[in-house]
Amino acid sequence: MRPVGITGIGIASSQGEGREAHAALLGGAAPVLDEARFAPHPVHPLPALPFEAAIPRRELRQMENWQRLGVYAAGLAIDDAGLRERVAEMDLIVAAGGGERDWKLDEQIMAASPVEAERHRMLMDGLRPTLFLAQLSNLMAGSISITHNVAGSSRTLMGEESSGAEALRIAAARVGSGSSELCLAGSAFIAERPEVLMLFAMGGLLHRGPWAPVAQRRGIAYGSMGVFMTLAPAEASAPIAILRHVATDQGRPEGRTARLAALLDGLPTMGPECLRLSAASGAGEATQAELAALGRAPDLFAADLLGHGCEAAFPAAVALAALAIQSGRARQVLVTGAGAWRGEAVALLEAP
Amino acid sequence: MNKRIAITGLGMVTALGFGAEANWAAMVAGRSGIRRITRFDTTGMRATMAGCVDLPEDKPGEPLSVAARAERLGEAAIGEALAQAGLSAPFAGPLCIGMPPVEVEWPQRGRFGAATYAELIERMSGETALYEEFLFGGSATRLAERFGTQGVPQVVSTACASGASAIQMALEAIRRGEARMAIAAGAEASLQPETLIRFGLLQALSTRNDDPEGASRPFTLSRDGFVMADGAGALILEDEDHARARGATILGYVLGAGEAADTFHRTRSAPDGSAIIRCMRRALDDAGLSPADIGYVNAHGTSTPENDKMEAMAVRALFGELPPPPVGSTKSMIGHTLSAAGAIEAGICLLALRHQMLPPTINQTDVDPELGVDTIPVARPHSFRAALSNSFGFGGQNVAVVIGAAE
Repeated sequence: MRPVGITGIGIASSQGEGREAHAALLGGAAPVLDEARFAPHPVHPLPALPFEAAIPRRELRQMENWQRLGVYAAGLAIDDAGLRERVAEMDLIVAAGGGERDWKLDEQIMAASPVEAERHRMLMDGLRPTLFLAQLSNLMAGSISITHNVAGSSRTLMGEESSGAEALRIAAARVGSGSSELCLAGSAFIAERPEVLMLFAMGGLLHRGPWAPVAQRRGIAYGSMGVFMTLAPAEASAPIAILRHVATDQGRPEGRTARLAALLDGLPTMGPECLRLSAASGAGEATQAELAALGRAPDLFAADLLGHGCEAAFPAAVALAALAIQSGRARQVLVTGAGAWRGEAVALLEAP
Repeated sequence: MNKRIAITGLGMVTALGFGAEANWAAMVAGRSGIRRITRFDTTGMRATMAGCVDLPEDKPGEPLSVAARAERLGEAAIGEALAQAGLSAPFAGPLCIGMPPVEVEWPQRGRFGAATYAELIERMSGETALYEEFLFGGSATRLAERFGTQGVPQVVSTACASGASAIQMALEAIRRGEARMAIAAGAEASLQPETLIRFGLLQALSTRNDDPEGASRPFTLSRDGFVMADGAGALILEDEDHARARGATILGYVLGAGEAADTFHRTRSAPDGSAIIRCMRRALDDAGLSPADIGYVNAHGTSTPENDKMEAMAVRALFGELPPPPVGSTKSMIGHTLSAAGAIEAGICLLALRHQMLPPTINQTDVDPELGVDTIPVARPHSFRAALSNSFGFGGQNVAVVIGAAE
């Protein structure tokens, strides 16, 4: 395996966009919150971003905010790495949930509570044809290819937090093993969507009441975020950081701590100065299992700065880790994460 | 040249039935599995037929959800493939599976009598069984735990190319040495009212509702759209040395795979077919073969005016001066199984190679002469060593897989 470098970072979150805005958070920063819109559940909202300037109008019309955010963050990463002229050969791996539903139409139907045939008629009359394409999970990748001309391979992985870690693991494995020379990997998540909060409410996961940091809560405060990174062979590029190791595992919840401990045992040597950054969500059991495996509290919870981004959570934590290295805050960073329902992951980043 | 990856097990469920050999017999006989949808009300819908795999758990007014049906069909196909490979749980490799995106459906939403999402969020709070059913990784995780596969299940969504992407990801995992074997599968059950309505609004579906069995008619002048279908396919892929060492029967090989993203349009191929041609070339290069080595193309062949025209043109371009081999679409019989199609159709290529017989493209009463390919109107014996399986999806997803015969 050849060393893999992170050569570009595109990140946009409630804290703004870009490397500088996010590197500045690493010394500690207050979260940006909307505690009213989905009260009693706080969310870290998406700020106004210049989508219109970055995405051609005819493409923008085909997307809702989830795809727009992903396409925007992917563009930031490509520009950050200065790779516009190499997009034709760029491979793409996206971790995705689903796109937006037309929640206003949903509420009209819920309020009318119609019989089956009438419900179908309301859907037939109310759904916009293009909305389907804004909903399909792989259409964020499709929109990235169309908007930025990324024309290598294109794969979209599903599966909540695990899919974000797995996207990075596979991207790094492909670059490391020589089956890809250049890979764009990442995810986007929009927290401010009622149908998304409904899913996690069913799991009993939503934090209720005033916001509290991960270490002091037993629930999740979701945050909107888009994050993409370009990965390339370290020797052939000028990397921001070396992605030395990424490993994932999954199994039944009772084995979380043991699996995470095994992943930690499999890490290359860690120095005593290694910064520990956690992608923990705050979900009770999973986060407790992660902390138990770590032995001591992490130096930083990414969710305290950005909220929890589900599929995008692990990539966002890895991006913050790369920024910690680039800004001189650390020479080595360990990133850990345990998905709210399933999945464990670790990554080790080092200074080039 | 890349190492060949052996196939040691195959499983399949389609509207033609459960089991790979049962499906093969029905396909060789030219039977259609397309029929009128009965599991929900289709009044007023553009398309009212599909390749339905109804199950005993379907209740009137509350059929199984997409997630639950896809999981059951996937379980049947994977179970069959493992049994043929002489394996059982726990399985010493990853599960790579193409599956549809899922979400809470109207029957589940309706149970809570909420008029707004705010009410729904309160009332559905703590409904953990529904939460686990509708997670994007839920069904695949249950399959992974059922069969004891290793690591994170790689649940891939590349729209209608997902099953082929799963094969490619399994192939790569074995080549990288992450595992000696892998399950490559696809499981699909998106046939629920809202999805049928959405595809209808895109004008992608056949509306030949008075003739369900004749509706999927790829490569004909009267083709008017695809027919949605349920189904699942699974292949057990193994490092060849590993398969030989454990004395497994090698059914055939995955010789290579290739993919290319099309940057032209969300639902249409670039007019010159460049991305489709590139993905087929990459698959051949990956397999170390030239076009002349391919004896059969199992086309994506959806029966939409656009796809079949583009695909036939691209296949002819790939073969250049050579006459292209027979190009068939088994979607004429089983419909379009979307996320599962790539896995099912790679399995059909394997069956065709093992039987040295080409499955037909049925409903060829008015073949479009401009396409210039032999569409195999009736099943026929054929001597060949390698087949190409194409899968193309919305979002510019194009994947081709090369399947080779056992020695």
